[in-house]
Amino acid sequence: MAEYQNIFNQVQVRGPAYAGASLPPDENARTMLTWFSSLLGRFGDAQIGPIYLGGLGVASIVCFVVAFEIIGLNMWASVGWDPLEFVRQLPWLALEPPGPEYGLSLPPLAEGGWWIMAGFFLTASLLLWWLRTYRRARALGMGTHVAWAFAAAIWLYLVLGFIRPVLMGSWSEAVPFGIFPHLDWTAAFSIRYGNLFYNPFHMLSIAFLYGATLLFAMHGATILAVSRFGGDREVAQIVDRGTASERAALFWRWTMGFNATMESIHRWAWWFAVLCPLTGGIGILLTGTVVDSWYLWGAKHGLVPIYPATGPATVDPALGSP
Amino acid sequence: MISNVHGIRFALLITALLVLSACERPPVESDQLGFRGTGMQQVTNPRLRGLESMIPDPLPPAPAAGPKASEVYENLELLGDVPLPQFVRLMQALTSWVAPQEGCAYCHAPGESMASDSLYTKVVSRRMLAMTREINNNWTSHVGNTGVTCYTCHRGNNVPEYGWYQAADESARLPMLGHDAGQNRAAPQIGLTSLPYDPFSKYLVDPESIRVIGEKPLPGKTPGASIQATEGTYALMMHLSQSLGVNCTYCHNSRAFAVWEESSPQRTTAWHGLSLVPALNTGYLASIKEILPDDRLGPHGDVQKVNCMTCHQGASKPLNGVSMLADYPLLATAQP
Repeated sequence: MAEYQNIFNQVQVRGPAYAGASLPPDENARTMLTWFSSLLGRFGDAQIGPIYLGGLGVASIVCFVVAFEIIGLNMWASVGWDPLEFVRQLPWLALEPPGPEYGLSLPPLAEGGWWIMAGFFLTASLLLWWLRTYRRARALGMGTHVAWAFAAAIWLYLVLGFIRPVLMGSWSEAVPFGIFPHLDWTAAFSIRYGNLFYNPFHMLSIAFLYGATLLFAMHGATILAVSRFGGDREVAQIVDRGTASERAALFWRWTMGFNATMESIHRWAWWFAVLCPLTGGIGILLTGTVVDSWYLWGAKHGLVPIYPATGPATVDPALGSP
Repeated sequence: MISNVHGIRFALLITALLVLSACERPPVESDQLGFRGTGMQQVTNPRLRGLESMIPDPLPPAPAAGPKASEVYENLELLGDVPLPQFVRLMQALTSWVAPQEGCAYCHAPGESMASDSLYTKVVSRRMLAMTREINNNWTSHVGNTGVTCYTCHRGNNVPEYGWYQAADESARLPMLGHDAGQNRAAPQIGLTSLPYDPFSKYLVDPESIRVIGEKPLPGKTPGASIQATEGTYALMMHLSQSLGVNCTYCHNSRAFAVWEESSPQRTTAWHGLSLVPALNTGYLASIKEILPDDRLGPHGDVQKVNCMTCHQGASKPLNGVSMLADYPLLATAQP
């Protein structure tokens, strides 16, 4: 009975490709291209397709490609169109936002104009893709939970790249497009505003981030552990518990005194995941606009622990004569 | 079967240990610099601290008797009042520190009078001698009583191995695309980060602008420093950290970089250093630009200037705090 301890799917069902539920008459047909992949079947469903692209999907992909090209070509140009240097330095390269001297005005292309353009097309691409997830869910008669979870991530993206820079009155507050540069931006952002770890919404965001991974691990482990009793039929067991659900529930009550149910565990997971970018976005939004130094704010409100001195007091030498 | 599993586990453990320790072979010494739990500790490896043996032995002391140097040599703007034997000893030491291959002829043109200023190197070394004495006399806030000698920076090279020129502006050739905003290169002087690659031109001229962190809990009416300015400071701090072979916590409690009460005394020393370096660059090194030949100048026609690495060269105290000045007091005494 060790099948469920494997990280790969042990069973692949093969039959005629399934086209999915029938669509309302005013919907375009799906592209009927389908095939089977044995390799992907080890991770998910072996059937690939049919894919629904539609007008929103095409528009989103076009916008993404435009943004991707603006960013990539600027990166390539910054190493003098040298293909080897482009590959070698790719993690360091970036498309930077306008400098602080431009405020919210439109700068020349080379000094941030391209960044604004790339940001516009990337945002358009994300919003169109969001609309697509919403409309596809509706077309299938599903709830729109996926779309709203995606919207939480878009909220954080918009706060970082648009809403907060507008409130601060400068595009220069936004994040560069680049691998290491956006990480250096993150560190510099925390340093500039006196240590983001003292931002309560940052704390909440981290709690939901780690909490979501913990819940995911607990839930995945629980279901795999009771699969031998049919526990992988989770949805049916919401209303008809059966021995798998009861064993799983008892396991958690034994070990921690409380258990989620087959229904509520998915609400837990959804809210933890969604609250991570929601609270994070609030924390970013307050930084610089409402609070200038989170450390000093935390000290003022008793959040910062006081450590005893370990040596002679250090004073700012700029205050007195050296 | 069981022993086999144990064998595999043992091999994995050994491999993990080797991978983890591959960067630097132990022993590792850890000195606590601040309150427990704040991560304020300095990690050093005594095996890699072999610099003391590189320091040249001092020359035998010279008697304080004899005529003044200025009675024997002409054109002495510095050290004229020094007894001749001590003057000659210092010249010999200086030669071994700066021009061990070329000898006296590096500054004194062969066949000409010792007084001749025909070689630019002599004019520069006179200026550098004045700079050394300035540091030892007026900057004890940074160099303490350890002081500096020519060897601190030169280490047997005509030109110190480490310094900086204004960075060539690589974006200038591309008017519309690929503007790098002065950053995003794997630059060794800033620890291979993508931060601004020339923090020196700004901060080693105007050290006050280094301060970027909010000084009040809530924002004031005037906007504070930008993220770009913060990245510049960050780049400079990477340079300090790398030059001194220390982590951020050598000077700062990283929970509040700006707060002096949370910082170690080393931060005060570093603060004075960040005033000393601009003073040397504008007061001494900028003035030799007219004298130097073109091949000693950088891409923007500037001289090689001083940063933290020039003296420290990876040690928190240059030459691990060994004072060579004690053997050459002429480099400190305030004389005309």
